[in-house]
Order: sequence, then C-alpha cells, then structure tokens
Amino acid sequence: MRPHRGSAHDHASDPMGQSAGRDVLFDAMRGSLDHCVKCTICETACPFSNVTPLFPGPKYVGPQAERFRTDEPVPDASLDYCSSCGICTQVCPHGVHIAEINTRAKARLRERDGVPLRDRVISRPTLAGRLGTPAAPLANWTLRNRSIRLAIEKTIGIHRDAPMPEFAGRTFQRWARRHRAPAAKRRVVYFHGCGANYYEPRLAEMTVAVLAHNGFAVDVPKQDCCGLPLQSNGLFDDARAYVRRLVGNLAPAAADETPIVGTSTSCTLMLKREAREILGMEGEPQLEHVSARTYDILEFLLALHERGELRTDFQPVDMTITYHAPCQQQGHGVGKPALDLFAIVPGLRVVENDASCCGVAGTYGLKREKYPISMDVGAGLFGQIERAAPDLAACDSETCRWHIQKATGVRSVHPLEILHQAYGFA
Amino acid sequence: MSGGADRTTSPGWAAPSYDVLVIGAGLAGLTAATRLAEAGARVMVLAKGVGATHLAPGTIDVLGYAAGGDRVVERPGEALADVDYGHPYARMGADGVAASIEWFRAQFVGGPLGAYGYRGDLGQNLLLATTVGAAKPSAVVPETMAAGDLRDGAPMLVVGFQVLRDFHAAYLADNVSRGGVPARAVVVARRLDGRPEANSLGLGRALDDPGFRAEVAAEVARRLDGAARIGFPAGLGLEDPHGVWSDLQERLGRPVFEIPTLPPSVPGMRVFRTLRDRLRAHGGRLILNSEAIGAAPAGDRVETVEARAAGRTVAYRARWVVLATGGVASGGIELDSRWRARERVLGLPLAGALEPGAPRFSPRYFDDHPFNAVGVAVDDRLRPVEPGADPVYENVLVAGATLAGARPWKEKSGDGISLATGHRAAEIILEEER
Repeated sequence: MRPHRGSAHDHASDPMGQSAGRDVLFDAMRGSLDHCVKCTICETACPFSNVTPLFPGPKYVGPQAERFRTDEPVPDASLDYCSSCGICTQVCPHGVHIAEINTRAKARLRERDGVPLRDRVISRPTLAGRLGTPAAPLANWTLRNRSIRLAIEKTIGIHRDAPMPEFAGRTFQRWARRHRAPAAKRRVVYFHGCGANYYEPRLAEMTVAVLAHNGFAVDVPKQDCCGLPLQSNGLFDDARAYVRRLVGNLAPAAADETPIVGTSTSCTLMLKREAREILGMEGEPQLEHVSARTYDILEFLLALHERGELRTDFQPVDMTITYHAPCQQQGHGVGKPALDLFAIVPGLRVVENDASCCGVAGTYGLKREKYPISMDVGAGLFGQIERAAPDLAACDSETCRWHIQKATGVRSVHPLEILHQAYGFA
Repeated sequence: MSGGADRTTSPGWAAPSYDVLVIGAGLAGLTAATRLAEAGARVMVLAKGVGATHLAPGTIDVLGYAAGGDRVVERPGEALADVDYGHPYARMGADGVAASIEWFRAQFVGGPLGAYGYRGDLGQNLLLATTVGAAKPSAVVPETMAAGDLRDGAPMLVVGFQVLRDFHAAYLADNVSRGGVPARAVVVARRLDGRPEANSLGLGRALDDPGFRAEVAAEVARRLDGAARIGFPAGLGLEDPHGVWSDLQERLGRPVFEIPTLPPSVPGMRVFRTLRDRLRAHGGRLILNSEAIGAAPAGDRVETVEARAAGRTVAYRARWVVLATGGVASGGIELDSRWRARERVLGLPLAGALEPGAPRFSPRYFDDHPFNAVGVAVDDRLRPVEPGADPVYENVLVAGATLAGARPWKEKSGDGISLATGHRAAEIILEEER
C-alpha cells in the first residue's frame, strides 16, 4: 500500500511508478478536470454509455469521480466499462482530458486488484503472432472451431463470437528483409506494427509499393508492438517497456528529418501522443524524436498531395465503398485525409459513415462480458454499411476492420488498399 | 491539448489549404461553414470541441426584449429596425436576418432527422415556457415546441419523469399557472433502460422505442383531467423526433409539445447533427479537439492559423477566416483576474474592455454584468476593427457571441445573432469571391 500523500501534485506524480516529478504533463491533464462545467456534452457523444447502463458515462467516471481518487483508487467497477476510445476528450469544449484521466484511473485500479490472465494474453499481440505464425493453419483452424472457441470463452473469457484475425503464416518483416528497395532520393521509415506483420502482410507490402511509386526508399527497421493494448488493459509498466524498445528501433532509422509513417492508426497515435500523455513518458528523448516525425500513412500522402508531390496517375476504380474514420484515427486531430485522397480517384463512389466508434475499441470487444456491448455500439455503423451495400468497407484501424467484416460480412480494407488498386498495382 | 503543443509539424510538411477556415463549431460557425460549403467553397471547421448547440434550447430567439431588456418584443421583424448602430443585427438588417432564418429552416428538409423541422419567422414571437416555467419570447422554434405557446391560454398538463432529476414538472406547472395559463403536473414513475437516473438524452433514447412510448402515453392518458395540450421534457426522440412527437399526439389525442431542459439539450443536438450532416454532404470538413491557438498574420491578412493536433500543432492556410469561437462563456474571449481581456486566437482588439478596478459584475445574477459587454467590434463587412478605425485584417470575419454590441442575456437574442451573423459572414465571402 502506498503511503498517504497530501497534495494533488504528489498524488499524480508517482502512482503509476514512473520516476518522481517527471509526470508534469499528467498533473496538468488531471488538473483539467477543474474546467469541467458538467455540460454533459461528453455524455451525448459517448458510444458506450449510450448503449449500456453498466457505464454511467464519461462525466461521472471521469472528472466527477476523479475528485475522490486520492491516495487510494476508488473501487468503482464501472470504470472497467470505459473503452478508452477517447471520443469524450475529442468533443469536450473545455479541454478536459476525460479519456486520459479514465485510462490512468483504470490502470491504478488494476494495479491494486490485479490484471486477469485473459487481459494479459490479449494485450500481447506479438506473443500471439510469434506463436501462431509458424503454425498458422492449425492456429486459424483452432480459432474458427466453435467448440474450441466456446472452451476458450469458458476458461479465460474471450467471447466465442469476437473477431479473431487470421494468421498469415508469414511475416512482413521476413518479406522486407528479402525485398530490395529501388534506389530513391527520399527516404521514409515504415512503422508497420504487429497487425500488418502477422495478420495483414499484404497491406504492408502495398504500402511499400505506394511509397516506392511516389519516389521513396522505404526503410523497415526491426520492430515490435507499440504497447497500446497493454496500456488499454492497465499494464502500464509493460507498455512503457514496449514503447522504449520500439522507439529505440525507430529513432536511429529516422536520424535526420526522415519521416516515419505507419498504417496502424491507433499505433501511430500511441507514438504521437498517448505514450506521452497517458503513460507519462513526456520528455524521453527517443520518444520525442520519434513522436515528432510520425505520420499516419494517409496524413502523409495527403501532405505530399498538398505540396503537389503525390503521383496522381490513378486509374478509374469502379467501386462503391464506405469509409469509417475510427475513433483512434479521429484522435490524430487531422480530419479525414482518406476522404480527400479518395476524392481524387476517378470513378470511386464513397459513402462516409456517420458513426464515431465501431465498438471493438482494440481489445475491449473481445472480452466475454463486453462483446455484446461492442456489438450494440457498432449496430448503427453496421446498419449504415449494410444499407450502402458497398464493394468494400474502408477503415484505418485493423481491429475495427476485423470487427466490421465479421459483423457485416462486407470485406473491410485499409484505405491505402484502395489507392494501391487505383495506381493499377495488382 | 498536449504538452508538446509548442512543437510544430516537421519543416515543410502539411499546411493544408482551404478557401475558408471557420474557427468554432457552435451555431454561428456551423452556419457560416455549411452555407459556404453549399455554395461550393472548400471549408474546414476547426473547433476545440462541440459548441453551445448542445446547451442552448434549440429555439432561435431573435429578439425577445428591446430597450435594454425592459420591453417585451411581440413582432421581432419590426423591432429589428430600431437596434443601435453598434448592434450585430445592424450589420444585415431585418432582411438579412430573415434570409438566415429561411436558410436555416431549409437545412432540415432532407436532413438526417426525417420530417423534423422548424416553425415561425420574424412576424411574431411565440412565448414558450422555460424549464422553470418562465415565459420566453422566441421567433423560430422546433415544430415540436410550437403547441406550448403561452399566448394561447389553453390548459396544459406537464409530464415529468421520476428519473429525470433536473426537470421539476410541478414547479414548472406552478409557475406557468401563475403566469395565467392553467397548468398541472404528472410524474411518470417508470425507469429508463434500467438506469436509476437519467437526463434528457436518456429520455430521448427511451422514447425512440415505440414500446416505451406506448407505456408512457397510456399512463399519461389516464391522468389528462381536462388538459387541452401536453408538455414533455424536450427529449421526444433522438433519431426520429417528428415521428415520436406525432405518435404521442395521436395516442393522446391532443397537441403535444417539448419544453426545454437543462443540458444536454436534445433539440440543440438536433441542430448540430443537421448542420454537420449538411456540411459533410457539401464536402465541408470539421475537426474537433483541434483548438486554434494562433496565427501568422502577413500585413493586413491572416494567411495561416495554427491548431492543436495529436502531439503537435498543424498550420492551416486559407484565403478567409471566420472567427466564431464564442464570447466569455465559451472561452472565445478570456478575462483574467487583473481585468485583462483577450480574444484568444488572433488577439483581436476588444470593445467594452473594463478599466482596472472597474466593477465587473452586478450584484444580481440576471442583471446586466459589465464584463458581458466585452467583444470584438466589426465594420459593415463583419471585419474586426479597432474602435473607430479601419479593419485590422481584410480577410477575417467575426460571427456569433464573440461580437460586441449585443446583450444576448437581456435581449434573448443569442441564437438569432449567431445564425444571422454566421450566415451573413458566408454571404459576404461569397460576394467577395464572385
């Protein structure tokens, strides 16, 4: 048990275990709760409190309850039903860091009460990836088998219907090591993340092709998970270790002004902001270096286009697609670059979805007790997609794509895949 | 947003370019942006968060009181002719206000809320009960509120819900009765969705469900006792308010109306949703959590505006900037403890700023507080001016509660000013670009 602490500063400076006095940023963030005027705008936007009484809403759980979280975490089970999607922070007109406060509080509670085995497992996608990849056919069969899934649900609590990606049976890293990049004047570092490495290596290969087509030599340093699933599940120390290892790999590759681009929108957001604001790693030099140079792939391509440097030799794409900007992409605060890029692809018909969250929120929707909630959250989006009857459903986040595809039966792809096709690559 | 806000994007990267940047996503900003996008402009709206739409009752109060708040206005169109030269309405006159109202009402046609729409114009003010039962003059109101007009003396029943802790039906009805319209209250004991308490948002969600609606209607029908019309807390449905309202009228066999609640305002959410949907449909863009924090002026023009994004700031370029960040209440204007007032994005000159030591507040809450007079003065083209001087910037227009010269609390003119000046700002830009 921690000793009693008297001041708010002391409280916020250490409970998560980082070195004393370093977490000035979280102090400021927690302090933002004093700007809450209880206007309830966050509540109107919260996808989760809108479908379940188990989560009473960001205002109650965030700025209101935080006042009572002093030296002891408040044993409030409802906190666990926050998905950390971050939409409350996005809509707050007073700058209260609601989602950040809640994610920290959730971690403190778990620090005291312990983290279930299930959450320790699903928050380590690289571990699953390493184990599943060499045995992909068996692993995929296992995850498709109803009886086995039922057994998994009963034993560790991963919902039997929750979407599980298929192991590709090969890794993008292996491909990248063998792939010789054509000479180019400009260089870019590619942060592919674990999703593309183990489950969607084709997406990563397409990214390399699109970047190469635009005159970039693509550098793929060895890399691992960004730690976001660990952070979401309250395992902050482990998450910090992953961040440090990752930025340790990326920073040397991006030594000068070389940009780092990523195709996993939640993982690029982790590097840009969340590791600094939620894990309290502000000021760590390698993270700062990487953070300042990291772009989401479509943000990067649109910036190229703004400068007149994006190749627009697109062929007509005679398709109707829907586009859902996931909550984590919206967290970047750069709008929806995918829509601006889709607009220059001839023939493409795009239906923009009006939904803030698909419900899965990373690992939230995998959990037995939360899967039904995540399906209710996504219901509006799924309905929109089904009514649009698109050829493809585009979305920037992998876990959202898997969730959308499972729920709607519509193949869900990263927006980059559309551009890849428009460039005429097979 | 982040502690890294001092850091800008890497050199040479990303200065997205637009025809118009609109700063603020309240009624003024959304109106300007949607009107511009509709006319073909490339528009980006940057906002710190969702604006005051979700807090305001959703009525368009153009001018409820004249002569400094002392005289009730019955016909706002006529009263608009008498506003001071410094008042925002003097920038477009009654015709301009009427044009903005016509435009606003048209936005709901074919919008995301089905047949839901607005009623009323500048011809006359309705008198609607507030959430405490006071009478408030409003010119343009949701169709779902019109039957609550207190100029009509027909007796009413006010329906409360036990779980809706912020809506006091008996208190409301009592005040309405004192005002001369017979009113009684009933309280429905039913829980919403298993929750021990709810707000108007929860009520709206529950009433979207036909089963719940039928139960409520049956309970209210048993207790009508001669009421000619029935008022509900403003939360008659989130998805299909016209359908929910019509269904209740049919079931109860008499007019039904919504009464504004404490926040969140469901009718206000409908305004936001409708305008955002129209903005998107016309290709306009909106980024929330993207607080504009500064600009790089070049002579008499603002060419770029910096706004917060994840872990950095982004510089946006535009030919025009519409500033609609709100007044003191919304944080568009900051007033510190040393009497210093500051317009937060561009540092525009402020009219009505107080001398150090001068009183900032009046003793009574609803009095005219001196600090409320602080705002940005503009010329006839809504460009910010130093009092009595030339425009500070040629390509910046100001709309909504940031403007000086009005007393919206006393006049009941806030939404009217936001709508009319937002619309006018768009029209001016369209004229200049023609």
